[in-house]
Amino acid sequence: MRGRLIALAASLALGACGGGNTSEVTLLNVSYDPTRELYEDFNQAFAAGYKTPDGKTVKINMSHGGSGKQSRAVIDGLEADVVTMGLQNDIDVIAKETGKVPADWRSKLPANSSPYTSTIVLMVRKGNPKGIKDWDDLVKPGVSVITPNPKTSGGARWNYLAAWAYAAKKFNGDEAQIKAFVGQIYKNTAKLDSGARGSTTTFTQQGTGDVLITWENEAFYSLAELEPGAYELIYPSLSIKAEPPVAVVVGNAEKHGTLQVAEDYLKHLYSDEGQRIVAKHYYRPTNPAAADPKDVERFKQIEMVSIDDPLFGGWPQAQPKHFDAGGLFDQIYQPAR
Amino acid sequence: MSEVKAPSSRRQKQAIGEGPLTRAALLGVALVFLGLMLIAPLLVVFVEAFSRGFGVYIDALAMPDTMSALQLTLLVAAIAVPANLVFGVAAAWLIAKFDFKGKSFLLTLIDLPFAVSPVVSGLVFVLLFGANSALGPVLDDMGIKILFAVPGIVIATIFITFPFIARELIPLMQQQGSSEEEAAVSLGAGGWRTFFLVTLPNVKWGLLYGVLLCNARAMGEFGAVSVVSGHIRGMTNTLPLHIEILYNDNKAAAAFAVASLLAMLALITLAVKTLLEARFAGSLAAQRRH
Amino acid sequence: MTALAPDGARATRWRRRSVLPGFGLSLGYTIAYLSLVVLIPLAGLGIRSATLGWNEFWAIAFDPRVTSALELSFGAALVAAIVNTVFGVLVAWVLVRYKFPGRRWLDAAVDLPFALPTAVAGIALATLYAPNGPFGIALESLFGVKVGFTSFGVTMALIFVGLPFVVRTVQPVLEEIDRETEEVSATLGAGRWRTVTRVIMPGMLPAILTGFALSFARGVGEYGSVIFIASNLPYVSEIAPLLIVIKLEEHNYAGATAIATIMLVISFAMLFVINLLQAWSRKWFGHE
Repeated sequence: MRGRLIALAASLALGACGGGNTSEVTLLNVSYDPTRELYEDFNQAFAAGYKTPDGKTVKINMSHGGSGKQSRAVIDGLEADVVTMGLQNDIDVIAKETGKVPADWRSKLPANSSPYTSTIVLMVRKGNPKGIKDWDDLVKPGVSVITPNPKTSGGARWNYLAAWAYAAKKFNGDEAQIKAFVGQIYKNTAKLDSGARGSTTTFTQQGTGDVLITWENEAFYSLAELEPGAYELIYPSLSIKAEPPVAVVVGNAEKHGTLQVAEDYLKHLYSDEGQRIVAKHYYRPTNPAAADPKDVERFKQIEMVSIDDPLFGGWPQAQPKHFDAGGLFDQIYQPAR
Repeated sequence: MSEVKAPSSRRQKQAIGEGPLTRAALLGVALVFLGLMLIAPLLVVFVEAFSRGFGVYIDALAMPDTMSALQLTLLVAAIAVPANLVFGVAAAWLIAKFDFKGKSFLLTLIDLPFAVSPVVSGLVFVLLFGANSALGPVLDDMGIKILFAVPGIVIATIFITFPFIARELIPLMQQQGSSEEEAAVSLGAGGWRTFFLVTLPNVKWGLLYGVLLCNARAMGEFGAVSVVSGHIRGMTNTLPLHIEILYNDNKAAAAFAVASLLAMLALITLAVKTLLEARFAGSLAAQRRH
Repeated sequence: MTALAPDGARATRWRRRSVLPGFGLSLGYTIAYLSLVVLIPLAGLGIRSATLGWNEFWAIAFDPRVTSALELSFGAALVAAIVNTVFGVLVAWVLVRYKFPGRRWLDAAVDLPFALPTAVAGIALATLYAPNGPFGIALESLFGVKVGFTSFGVTMALIFVGLPFVVRTVQPVLEEIDRETEEVSATLGAGRWRTVTRVIMPGMLPAILTGFALSFARGVGEYGSVIFIASNLPYVSEIAPLLIVIKLEEHNYAGATAIATIMLVISFAMLFVINLLQAWSRKWFGHE
């Protein structure tokens, strides 16, 4: 205890004198919401083993928030060197509106620039009191759902699309019924947070809702890091393959002189060490062979659709159709008063 | 009026004060209300802060992000408070010692930031300095970053805390009038001398309280700063934003630990005010009775 | 805290001459700083709003989600202001008229919402009123009322934030009331209740109304203390400032600007009303 107090006093004193450090390069990674622990770990590992060609060390600053919100911030001038977003569209808009990311960014790194993937699952409280097993249970009366706001959160959009995919299969593509189904899920929604982590907090910390629709990695994180045994992960019968991509914001990186570091940083996500860290933090590694088999075992193989399936036609089609102003989400949401 | 004697009968006594039962009831209700609405939230901060033990509390404070947030908060306050102090004094001098048309309008203008929602205050600066504003790209080309950087936070904070010191000083100086200053000037003292030797000592306690409040608000501002900051951990997060991040990161105990710092600052502000009033109630009252 | 007011005399010229120096300097500096920090940024909002064009502006203003948010913000602020007025007058009365141990400290505590950062208040209130928090549990078991994440929770937060305004506006007035008037009323045979309502209250009315208006104005724009406790469900429990932030995050600048302008106009109107009330109170009752 005394040791800690001394350490606190010391860092206060040091902090007060702290200034710039010229033998260090800083990188800003603007990321989406649930990746806090992943990048804390990864950044430490990367910084420990990396030196720039002229011998400087790297310090990585993070910003987290809903993927849509973060991409808007970058467009507005937040000087990210790299962006690690929740879905392709959020990097596409940066490319389109600022030109700081090359239009063909997606092909610059393996696996469509997604070093890790995830999927959408359901999380319930211990004992599953409402007996939630699949998407059908989310539209039942008296079931309270927690899912974030698709306008600001990337995870929220994957949630919506997974539900949509399930309904499409169930109702054989009858759009009216699909809309009613998905709409009912949102009618049952108690709170729309701005990001996936916000929804997790609402569900866990504030004890609201019966079921949380969330990223698989977020569900695992909650199970392991929060009250052990308090929550259960339910894999629905059908879900979507969620691909959170990464890219260098060339325009900013060139301006800061960090282009090489930024590229190396992202490449490292694909390295063995990177993939091992990724899997450890409950993300499905693109290269499972490099990860600890125990970590990989956790991921259940379920039926997944892809955003590039004809049902959605890829993000460039899906985003405007579902999520832009006046799109299907807005239409579904209107009557929910 | 002075012929009215103090009431002697019991009924008359009761008529100018509430009966003891009523008094007790009113007092009770007031205390319960204050206890539930005011004291309970304050207690929650400290209870939750220590709910995971002293170790977690210290760790939360020693965290590098907390240190950066503290540094940034102190920096912002160190700029905003003196800036608004100079303004507050200038405006109070102007309004209290001189008569001119448009004074009332000026006062309303000074009050503006007080009436505006913090979020709107932040939005105003995003519109002014953002990437699709007139100024934004110009400043960007010059390499000056306002939004999503420290200058933006400082400017937004200055806006929010703008009226505090002025509002504290102006009524005080108005009540004091200008007779002492006029006397000093007629005896040959120059403007600055009059100000420092005559005016300032008269208003020092009001000034101090204004500075304390301004500081508390500057360090605690959330809404406006949230809009203009980039939420870059370790760089553009003030203490209140850091608290939000910790809270949303499921680190509630840590969030409350940092919150307790600001809560203690608030308590110190209030304590200083109380002590000042207690010690100087006499001279404060005298100052008001010009 | 009272809004500012000019002192008495009217100048027949633009300004009355004074022996005191520094007019030019203080006027110049005041106007310059004021313009730079307050006026130009606010004008920026006005200009951006104007570029929207009437049609789009009204379309946004009357969008159901926006009207719901404004209704919630104003409704909750109104209820909170009323509660604060009733209890604020009571608290002021108790603090001025009664002596009890710890009175000075309780008096200081009233300023707490003023000195405490809104985010700190926000997480504290959210924890208190959450379904698994002490007040949340108590309220649900005693009254079957859910507070956290409902508009009721928003109102609770706004009561906290607006509390000092009524107390601080009414206190000075109460302190200055001439006790003799009360005594006269008593000797003339009025009961206590009658004395309080007919003799004392009218004198306090401007101050009470001012406190109400200030508490209301503060409640409408409040953000930090409310967002943690509100459920942020569009059309149901989304406050207007939050909607502005959401629109910003969605890069809907037009929407954010329009809502902000509406709120700004209403804030100005409130400010105007408050100043009027204070002028009235000075005119008829001779004090702030």
